[in-house]
Amino acid sequence: MVMHAHAYPNIEIPTPSQIAAVALDNEPDENGEQSMILSMGPQHPSTHGVLRLAVELNGENVVQLAPDVGFLHTGIEKTIETKTYTKSIVLTDRMDYLAPMSNNMVYVAAIEKLMKQDVPERAQTLRVLLLEITRINSHLVWLGTHALDLAAMSVFFYAMREREYILDIFEMLTGARMMTSYFRVGGLAWDIPADFIPTVEDFLTHFLPKVDEYEDLLTNNLLWKQRTLGVGVVNAADAIALGLSGANLRASGVDWDLRKTMPYSGYETYQFDVPVGYNGDIYDRYRCRVQEMRESVKIARQAIERLKQMHGQPYITDNRKVAPPPKSEITYSMESLIHHFKLWTEGFRPPRGSAYMAIESPRGEIGCYVVSDGTPQPWRVHFRAPSFINLQALPHIAKGKLMADLVALIASIDPVLGEVDR
Amino acid sequence: MIDRATLEQRVSAQFPTVRIGDEAGDLCFTVERELLPAVAGWLRDEPDLSFTFLNQLCGVDYLGREPRFEVVVHLTSFQNKMRVTLHIEVPEADPTIPTLALLFPTANFQERETYDMFGIIFTGHPGLERILMPEDWLGHPQRKDHPLGYEEVAFTHNEDWIYANKPFAKE
Repeated sequence: MVMHAHAYPNIEIPTPSQIAAVALDNEPDENGEQSMILSMGPQHPSTHGVLRLAVELNGENVVQLAPDVGFLHTGIEKTIETKTYTKSIVLTDRMDYLAPMSNNMVYVAAIEKLMKQDVPERAQTLRVLLLEITRINSHLVWLGTHALDLAAMSVFFYAMREREYILDIFEMLTGARMMTSYFRVGGLAWDIPADFIPTVEDFLTHFLPKVDEYEDLLTNNLLWKQRTLGVGVVNAADAIALGLSGANLRASGVDWDLRKTMPYSGYETYQFDVPVGYNGDIYDRYRCRVQEMRESVKIARQAIERLKQMHGQPYITDNRKVAPPPKSEITYSMESLIHHFKLWTEGFRPPRGSAYMAIESPRGEIGCYVVSDGTPQPWRVHFRAPSFINLQALPHIAKGKLMADLVALIASIDPVLGEVDR
Repeated sequence: MIDRATLEQRVSAQFPTVRIGDEAGDLCFTVERELLPAVAGWLRDEPDLSFTFLNQLCGVDYLGREPRFEVVVHLTSFQNKMRVTLHIEVPEADPTIPTLALLFPTANFQERETYDMFGIIFTGHPGLERILMPEDWLGHPQRKDHPLGYEEVAFTHNEDWIYANKPFAKE
């Protein structure tokens, strides 16, 4: 994959006001044709959240478009600067609300990288298991809504049925169905309940045949293929230049998965394949993600086998400067009481410095850049939100396409607007 | 595949003024802002380096330090499975920096966000507008001296500053 200066693509990404300027100077040409400015969203059902698209249309064809984002901006990065490291974990859930565990993971992993904090092996394995279930959860919502956008309604009901199972598992584990906030720096918040592993095993056994069911409905479906095959093609060079990541990048034929290439949390010890597409169209992105669900089941099963051997091992580090001591210890150990008090009133203090950590979330590379000034509050936390960056590929992909394909394109990029706007 | 030591040598041979450091185990270069497009373009186009993927670009406000701002860029080389960090210091008096959006299209949105949040101006950017905040917003909210939203209580030590910035607060 060697590229030279002339081969690296230069892609223009217009802004909404540049599209609006077209309307001011919109005279019919010599054939009497005139382009039209259409504002799609922010409350359009197929924009998967509050996304507005300023679209310049010529008849049914998209001349150019610009995503207008920021409607869900809640200033998470600014708020984190005023809280201690541990308190901010709940904020990270709210970015990508379909994959909360991935957000928790990248945030705590960045702090662990900054502090050079080790994580016990059992906690790492549990993290892998949870991250893969989260991936399935997120892909199910993507699949359901994507199919719904293209008028295949049954898939939506089927996908939501299995997702409900996953949400029940999350509820059993953390008490919350979506905003789990389960990860902590150095490990996990608390140990898994006794019936967690059997329940997850049940789910995986139940789930794997369901993937075939979804594929039966879509993969060879003529209508589905007509809407997706050869539509929204991104070639590999453009995909890299646009910063696409995750299944969007792999569908274009670039074999890059952070779980394989820059492993974290022990992913290098698991056997799994990374599905890679060829054409970079909507159909390939669909095939990649569906296959990823099967691979996730594979990883989750390996993690469960390991967890069965690790019964009784710690779920969080015993470094008392980072992780609170068990409650039972507080009643007889003065030192534990002090640690508990210091952690809950003040928090821990990572050393001065900065760190960037990236993991493979269901949507692509989610990254976290943490700057510490040595106090219990982070100086700066920045999230590389994969949805935000994938979304800016939309003007390039949609150029010259039909308006009806735009709906399919948005869904195939799989943005979550909570993460786009943060 | 090149290793870290080779990359350090090649960079210091090509750009002697670039300072080489370490960021939590990752290789990190501190680059003068005039040199940024040259360094990033060179890292991107050298066939054995090919740092073709811009992971992220963000700003940091080190209030009280001179130069006050810093722009942080992470580049990844798929070929070498390696990530490097570029730090570019930006002074408060002249918060401008050459754009990377012409080299890496993916920097477009992220530079707009950095402009929106920190007021750092990326010269040559094709459409430098606010992206997350409303168009008519005053100020740049992730600067450290931007209040969190609540009214600040005026004391004798800060009332001049508050009244200068918020004349309506003086009632």
